[in-house]
Amino acid sequence: MPAIEILGLEKTYSVGFWRKRPKRALRPLHLAVEEGEIFGFLGPNGAGKTTTLKMLMGLVYPTRGSARILGRDVNDPQIKAQIGFLPEHPYFYDYLTAQELLSYYGHLSGVPARDLPAKIDAMLKRVGLPEVAGVQLRKFSKGMLQRVGIAQAILHDPKVVFLDEPMSGLDPMGRREVRDLIEQLKKEGKTVFFSTHILSDAEALCDRVAIIHLGELRGVGVVADLTSSMQDRVEIVWQGSVPTSIAALGAECHLTGDTVRAVLPAEKQDAAIEILRREKLRLISVVPVRATLEDYFLQKLKPAATPLEVMA
Amino acid sequence: MNSRIAHIASNTFREAVRDRVLYNLIAFALLLVGAAILVGQISLDVERLVVINLGLTAVSLFGVVIAIFIGIGLVSKEIEKRTLYTVLSRPVRRWEFIVGKFFGLAGTLLVNATLMAIGVFGALFYVSHQLQKADAWVLVALYFIILQFLIITALALLFSSFSSPLLSAVFAFSLFVIGSFSEDLRGFAAMTQGLTRWLATGAAYLVPNFSAFNVISSVAHGVPVPAQLVLYNSLYAVFYAAMVLCGAVVIFEHRNLK
Repeated sequence: MPAIEILGLEKTYSVGFWRKRPKRALRPLHLAVEEGEIFGFLGPNGAGKTTTLKMLMGLVYPTRGSARILGRDVNDPQIKAQIGFLPEHPYFYDYLTAQELLSYYGHLSGVPARDLPAKIDAMLKRVGLPEVAGVQLRKFSKGMLQRVGIAQAILHDPKVVFLDEPMSGLDPMGRREVRDLIEQLKKEGKTVFFSTHILSDAEALCDRVAIIHLGELRGVGVVADLTSSMQDRVEIVWQGSVPTSIAALGAECHLTGDTVRAVLPAEKQDAAIEILRREKLRLISVVPVRATLEDYFLQKLKPAATPLEVMA
Repeated sequence: MNSRIAHIASNTFREAVRDRVLYNLIAFALLLVGAAILVGQISLDVERLVVINLGLTAVSLFGVVIAIFIGIGLVSKEIEKRTLYTVLSRPVRRWEFIVGKFFGLAGTLLVNATLMAIGVFGALFYVSHQLQKADAWVLVALYFIILQFLIITALALLFSSFSSPLLSAVFAFSLFVIGSFSEDLRGFAAMTQGLTRWLATGAAYLVPNFSAFNVISSVAHGVPVPAQLVLYNSLYAVFYAAMVLCGAVVIFEHRNLK
């Protein structure tokens, strides 16, 4: 049974004051996330990531479609004890201390009162905030708030954790810590669904990713499979000028001093080398270029996107 | 009350206390002390009358202002600051959130009114050096004031569930003022005819009848409050507040939290 099943979720808002007109935030979305997976939900700002997450949390109602978490409808209150959620740019009750906030959320999630103090202490240690447990959140930095946000999302030991942009606002150290924490959640058998536009994080962490743009799913699959589906390219470096015939092969050329770096489709490699030989230019290296998630992502964001690609 | 409602209510109460809402008690205390000293000087056997009138009116006005200003932000502020997202993504039903917020603010107002009532009785004791049997009616007037708070809190919460804080404040204040003159509105309806009569009568019964809750003047003169009025007002306030809360829940249940 998938941990998360999105069955044609769709959202259209009405915008405008007098003359209402429809604005499509999400086209019918079908997605399944397996138990124990770290799933990255990628897309630029305004792609529909947060709308999807809000529908999964029951904060926004879908225009059409439904979604299930651990086999139960997302609007079933019973299932909410099994999920944890960190919203984007979280803002918490700043008049509370970190300890009080976690206690409040723990009670709302149904954690037994006798277990709460020990759980809160352990959680504050886990997110690196044990010294500021009694400090009001209004005195916290953005990074500290993000950590409290993560703590409240996993305090009640949920089976599925949803994180909306968990790395935003964090310095490189903080990002690393969150990455470690997400990996730890996976080791504990939890399913992690997180949205981000920081592709390096997704590439390093995710078992699978989905790319969404303008409310439409553009691709989903294992990172390695997605990137290997892209056209092979090579990087050729030489010294001298840039022959016009090389540019005609579709090469992207960068000139630094008298060194030229050109990236072009692999099947054009022989033709390019032949041109360089003919022009008597000094060849330095020919290296295959591995496509990154960023390349795939940018390709999928192009207006004329290829039809939906679903890989293993 | 289920435990989630109780926790939401106690958090709402804690927010009000930490946002220094109870500091209004200082202004209230200064007002009462000033009034007590003043009437002590102009003493024309009206000290009690002045202290009861002034004290209870202040309890009512301070409470109404707090109920409206906190009430209008109870839902809209949580949406704006996105604190609601982490609450509703837990096993908390939307109606539980609304009811919890209502009890939290009602509790704040109750504590506030109780502390002010102690002040009123203190001032009464100061000006007449003793408490009389008739002063017990002051407690009934205070009870009516608290019933009014329940209605206003529910109204502010209703407006907060679909409107901006500014508009909610305007709506809630308008209803408070119109409701305070609802007897006049009913009198006006009785004098008109045709469609106007229907409309005016409808409006008179729709707005909260706050004038029935105002017994300050009569208790200041030591006039007893009929038991029937206590019963009617209690039932009316509970029914009206419950209906308004149901409206707030229905609106909030259907709202997309963008």
